[in-house]
Amino acid sequence: MTAPTDFTLAGARAALARREISAAELTRAHLAAIEALNPRLNAYISATPELALAQAEAADAALARGEGRALTGIPLAIKDLFCTAGTRTTAGSRILGNFVPPYESTVSGNLLRDGAVFLGKANLDEFAMGSSNTTSAFGPVENPWKREGEAETFLVPGGSSGGSAAAVAARLALGATATDTGGSIRQPAAFCGIAGIKPTYGRCSRFGIVAFASSLDQAGPVARTVEDCAILLGSMAGFDPKDSTSADIAVPDFAAACARGVKGLRIGIPREYRLDGLPAEIAALWEQGMAWLKAEGAELVEISLPHTKYALPTYYIVAPAEASSNLARYDGVRFGLRENGEDLKDLYERTRAAGFGEEVRRRILIGTYVLSAGYYDAYYLKAQQVRALIKRDFDQAWEKVDAILTPATPSAAFGRDEKQDDPVAMYLNDVFTVTANLAGIPGLAVPAGQDVKGLPLGLQVLGKPFDEETVFAVGGAIERAAGFTALPALRAAA
Amino acid sequence: MSLDTATVRRVASLARIRVEESELPRLEAELNGILGWIEQLQAVDTSSVEPMAGGGNQALRMREDRVTDGDMQEKVLANAPDRAGAFFAVPKVVE
Repeated sequence: MTAPTDFTLAGARAALARREISAAELTRAHLAAIEALNPRLNAYISATPELALAQAEAADAALARGEGRALTGIPLAIKDLFCTAGTRTTAGSRILGNFVPPYESTVSGNLLRDGAVFLGKANLDEFAMGSSNTTSAFGPVENPWKREGEAETFLVPGGSSGGSAAAVAARLALGATATDTGGSIRQPAAFCGIAGIKPTYGRCSRFGIVAFASSLDQAGPVARTVEDCAILLGSMAGFDPKDSTSADIAVPDFAAACARGVKGLRIGIPREYRLDGLPAEIAALWEQGMAWLKAEGAELVEISLPHTKYALPTYYIVAPAEASSNLARYDGVRFGLRENGEDLKDLYERTRAAGFGEEVRRRILIGTYVLSAGYYDAYYLKAQQVRALIKRDFDQAWEKVDAILTPATPSAAFGRDEKQDDPVAMYLNDVFTVTANLAGIPGLAVPAGQDVKGLPLGLQVLGKPFDEETVFAVGGAIERAAGFTALPALRAAA
Repeated sequence: MSLDTATVRRVASLARIRVEESELPRLEAELNGILGWIEQLQAVDTSSVEPMAGGGNQALRMREDRVTDGDMQEKVLANAPDRAGAFFAVPKVVE
């Protein structure tokens, strides 16, 4: 029999429906895996076993009554950026280290509505700012994958949703919530050999998610298969009057789209993504992805997205600017950490210096500078104009293609001590993912191969706004062709 | 454009983040590294391009201007580092 932690989410749902396993058994297996592996991986900041077991019992009762919903009894990890009523929510920051939300985020509330079991809160880069999960105030997360012959080298899981991705890869959850502002779902999914989708901006409500950059932030799932991501997104998505940017658009059957196939689809290959110095393994995987889709009946079309090279610098104006305003609320007065001072201004300054980590302070300062009098037009307004051009590139591409295929990341997972000295080198991790946030379009990372050291590599599928179905169709085809079955070194039931 | 020490000090004050004098040189170098890299945007011709402010395509919805919740004083104050009765407490502001 399959170990309960080895089920896919869809497989677990079928087994629960057939009563081959109970929600309590499934949950206990995951809690035991967390107890065994989390001390090393640090994928969870807080585990909530009592809550999870109570939810599992309620799920079993619902299943016995024949009232199972889409996720009844499915154990999940919740990124510690989603407010969970009565459960501490830290955003990976000292400044929120003791914050217990009195309300539930809409996305996590939707999952509860559909019967999910919450195992705990997943680690992340502080305020979701990072690409390696090393900026968390609660310590770094270890990638469960190891380079061949380097069992002791600590590799990063990517970020910012590094805890979510590591937990799912190591089988400490069947799936997890994540968020993506510049690549924070897709890059860690690729680094950990799992799938993850950032949906269209507006598809998932941002209500109750600790804000980083409000015009870029989107919630989405990570899971071990494309179909599992589709099932989770189906529950997470939907119109919410509490988020003014939430889209009042019906949620389609994403899971049904995964098996649709790519026959007749036009797949764009953007020439600007062939970066100078792109590792040969990444280029080869990309070529392989094109060959798979062509063999399945898709037509490959070379396209141009001419403003691609300006995406990262644009992002590093827009995101810090929005972050500097969003994070102004952490002042030591209404919630979170307080450091006393000589007067109110001193209290603010000491609280924020003690509460924010180095990368967060750096981004707040950049954001404050680009919004300050005399520099606003040169930096912020300019970035908003270039952002419009980046979006226009995609709008023009959609006249010729149905989806776009790119690599997910420019490298496999790197070591904890690599790339840490230069902020700009770290930012380059998001070179393939950040354009989707700026344009507001959906992007899916799918595990597709391994590098020479055995580490997972991912491909990315980009789609039209609110056309996640085509993205899932292409992702499903890549997944079937790739037949990715490699497993991480550190995992439950190994 | 590059930042000098006085500007870094002023920006930190605007951001209400205490920065020790000894941290200023390293911060100045890091911020200038990032700003130097961002500078490449100046090469893009953006004349007559409308700035894109939001993340979506849709215009923001209008709603009726009325109170839809309330009576949650205890919830609002539950996480306060310091409170005095029904109020958030801060050091004395007015002499």
